[in-house]
Amino acid sequence: MNFILTVILDGLIQASWLFVVALGLTLVFGVLKILNVAHGSFYALGAYVAATAVTTVAAHSLPPVFGFVAMLLSVALIASAIGLLLERGLLKMFYGRDEVVLLLVTYAVFLVLEDVTKLVWGVNPIYATQPYELFGNVEFAGLYYVAYDLALIPISAAVGFSVWFGLNRTVAGKIVSAVIHNEEMSVSMGVKVNRVYAGAFAFGILLAALGGALTAPKISMQPGLSSDVIILSFAIVVIGGLGSVEGAAVGSILVGLARAASVHLLPQAELFMIYLIMAAVLVFRPEGLFKRETARRI
Amino acid sequence: MKNGSLRPIVAIVPVIAAVLFGRVLPTWTLSLATVAASNALVALGIVILARTGNVSFGQGLFFAAGGYSVALIANASGITDAVMQVLMGAACGGLLGLVIGPLIARYSGIFFGMLTLALSMVFYAALVKTTALGGSDGFNVVRPSLFGTTFSDPREADFMLYAISVATTGFAGIAAMILFRSEFGLVSLAVRENNLRVEYLGISSHRVITVNFAIAATFAGAAGAFALMAQRHIDPQFSYWTTSGEFVFVAVLAGYESVAAVFIASLTLELVRSFSNLYLPNTWQLVLGMFLLAVILLLPDGIGSLWGRKRLRNVTPAKAVAAADAEVQP
Repeated sequence: MNFILTVILDGLIQASWLFVVALGLTLVFGVLKILNVAHGSFYALGAYVAATAVTTVAAHSLPPVFGFVAMLLSVALIASAIGLLLERGLLKMFYGRDEVVLLLVTYAVFLVLEDVTKLVWGVNPIYATQPYELFGNVEFAGLYYVAYDLALIPISAAVGFSVWFGLNRTVAGKIVSAVIHNEEMSVSMGVKVNRVYAGAFAFGILLAALGGALTAPKISMQPGLSSDVIILSFAIVVIGGLGSVEGAAVGSILVGLARAASVHLLPQAELFMIYLIMAAVLVFRPEGLFKRETARRI
Repeated sequence: MKNGSLRPIVAIVPVIAAVLFGRVLPTWTLSLATVAASNALVALGIVILARTGNVSFGQGLFFAAGGYSVALIANASGITDAVMQVLMGAACGGLLGLVIGPLIARYSGIFFGMLTLALSMVFYAALVKTTALGGSDGFNVVRPSLFGTTFSDPREADFMLYAISVATTGFAGIAAMILFRSEFGLVSLAVRENNLRVEYLGISSHRVITVNFAIAATFAGAAGAFALMAQRHIDPQFSYWTTSGEFVFVAVLAGYESVAAVFIASLTLELVRSFSNLYLPNTWQLVLGMFLLAVILLLPDGIGSLWGRKRLRNVTPAKAVAAADAEVQP
């Protein structure tokens, strides 16, 4: 019983930060129809920026709460700036090209960002553990957890709900949904698709970086972070259906549970399990669990 | 296909010339050209498959499968003959392609890409955790021989590998040119344009995709054997998504029109990589990324479009019709 609870809690903790990252990936795909390979790089960027913010705050011997807030703010600022810059300055030039070409463009961005993070932060592991001790430890049904980990669950639920609410219950969100469903029609209705693209891309990047910032206190930042995360978030959005918010939620819970279960039962099989699930979903439901099938031309 | 006016058989001449040219090349270019030829072979497979409208992001799977099976056979039974190893790599890749092909032929577009990526990553994850195969460190294999001769002089060994890889890739290129002109090659193009209409004509588009997929897998398996022989070491990185991404990179760099462009693209990539590795050891990925962006921006249809313009123009009306069709449909 305890074992099952451990797996579920660990799984949900994993799922919570993965969900924030995957949500960004699925939104960018939904609006821009780009599978962003560089998404993991922005996760890494967020983690590194967060680490810098946390250590700067700690160096001025301010309380760790400031570190936590500074980390979120600095990441939000930098990610949205870079997102806007990239979309307006680079991606814009490739719209209308084959989706494989766009994928390769983001692959190029991934390569560039790999080296940029190495140049800025070096290759040695960086730690930013101060916020991790912020909320202390808690006992939950006989299990001891770091409260920060458990706090990730409501935080990511709040992020997910805000995105869902924003998309479905606000005017701006309705416009974005309109662009997702039919771009040409929205253009003819007077929607400024350019702005929607820029906003959606920047927001997607922001979510990736936020995921990085939230996990930064838990992990050590070093090169190679981005390519592992992109591969996990790919699996999540493909399982859930590209472009679907609900799908990203279910996908990340599945992947989180699969990770937690295999870590406890069969540590060798972690990545293997996740990709097996992804392949199985693709074989039986290629559109993902949550995406409606679309009509095709004959 | 640049050599539109050239008969494919004539293309044997530049292949032989390229092999002989290796005698006068400095040693460092030999290994570079070997890697370039091996990558070109995989990218050629991607181009062949792309003619059906599907791009595989998981060619690393067959690349690794070819490499690992050759390495295992070499270590277990002592078969070190280079030609045998290439044949075995190709056979293993091709067989795996025939198994996976029919499953994967049902998908198209981004799902095809994602599924191939997922399969290669399943293989990667399995390899990393298989301690019997050295886990993430991989294992070493002995130096290859040729027809019973072992090469103690490293220059001779390098030239032998260069000659075999360039010749194999060259002949694969000639085979591809013949394939592109054949009825089957033209049907493959038709599948890309509209697979349902191909089915109405009584041709199974699944079978067309499967066969093309198996050809691409065979090429990738053979290339895996080359990479193994060149490095004398194998590790799960062979199947990682960045490896597969590089192959697609070469294919897109080349454009889908010309066979010769694949070789040039692969060589260009290796040159850019090794020079930036040499002079900018900390930022070679940055240079590679910038180079990739520049090529995609400046040569939208790849290197092949530099001399394939006339052919491209011929293709345009069909594309326009297809686009018009797409707009008519609700």
